[in-house]
Amino acid sequence: MPYIAVAIGGFIGAILRYGVSEWLGTWNGLNIATLLTNFAGCLALGWLNTISANRLPLHPNVRLGIGTGVIGAFTTFSTFTIDAWKLFENGAFEQALTYIWLSVIGGLLFTYVGYRIASAMTGDTRLKI
Amino acid sequence: MNWLLVGIGGMIGALMRYQVSRYINGRFTVRFPYPTLIVNLSGAFLLGWFTRELHSYFPALGSAPMLLLGVGLCGAYTTFSTFSYEVMTMFRERREMTALFYVVLSCVGGFALSAIGLFGLPK
Repeated sequence: MPYIAVAIGGFIGAILRYGVSEWLGTWNGLNIATLLTNFAGCLALGWLNTISANRLPLHPNVRLGIGTGVIGAFTTFSTFTIDAWKLFENGAFEQALTYIWLSVIGGLLFTYVGYRIASAMTGDTRLKI
Repeated sequence: MNWLLVGIGGMIGALMRYQVSRYINGRFTVRFPYPTLIVNLSGAFLLGWFTRELHSYFPALGSAPMLLLGVGLCGAYTTFSTFSYEVMTMFRERREMTALFYVVLSCVGGFALSAIGLFGLPK
């Protein structure tokens, strides 16, 4: 059963990512779609992992299907590195570096925001960071 | 049809990622997120290689192989959200140096391996 959950989730997540990239395309040579899907996925996973551990009693397979399947397949690391290389190859060295740190810092911030929203919803005020 | 190819690739990629983490977590007790690291680094190489070579293997199929194996499989096999979540967890556990090491290793390693995929080994 966990395999079926991951498979269905992966199918949906990959199609959603493809839909966003087809819809947005590139913006000044920067693959804005990858950036946005990664940020949105980080927000969602930060929220899901925190809320499902505390308040929302999800079935393990549902949690796996959404977390590992949908969100895991929706976000991508490989396209991120290839996009950075494409910027680098086009001579935009600074853009490539900006793209990398923006992705990492932004992803981290969105994960944190997701985590904080979930902790606020569970009413857990003991959490310091 | 394109979306179906991406979806099938995504299904396989997500299953591969899940299996790697199951395999490692079932055999070892690790405090460092090796499953995500292995998946992201190998996926970066694979996508680089596909970007360079895949079209020449199946010239008659147009963009279909890339949609299936590149966008679908590699895209879903690798993950950014879990990577970020693990980094945040390390910061929360006050393992700042480990978090920094993980970020640098993932980015530099992913960048280097995708370059090997894209351009081949340096001569």
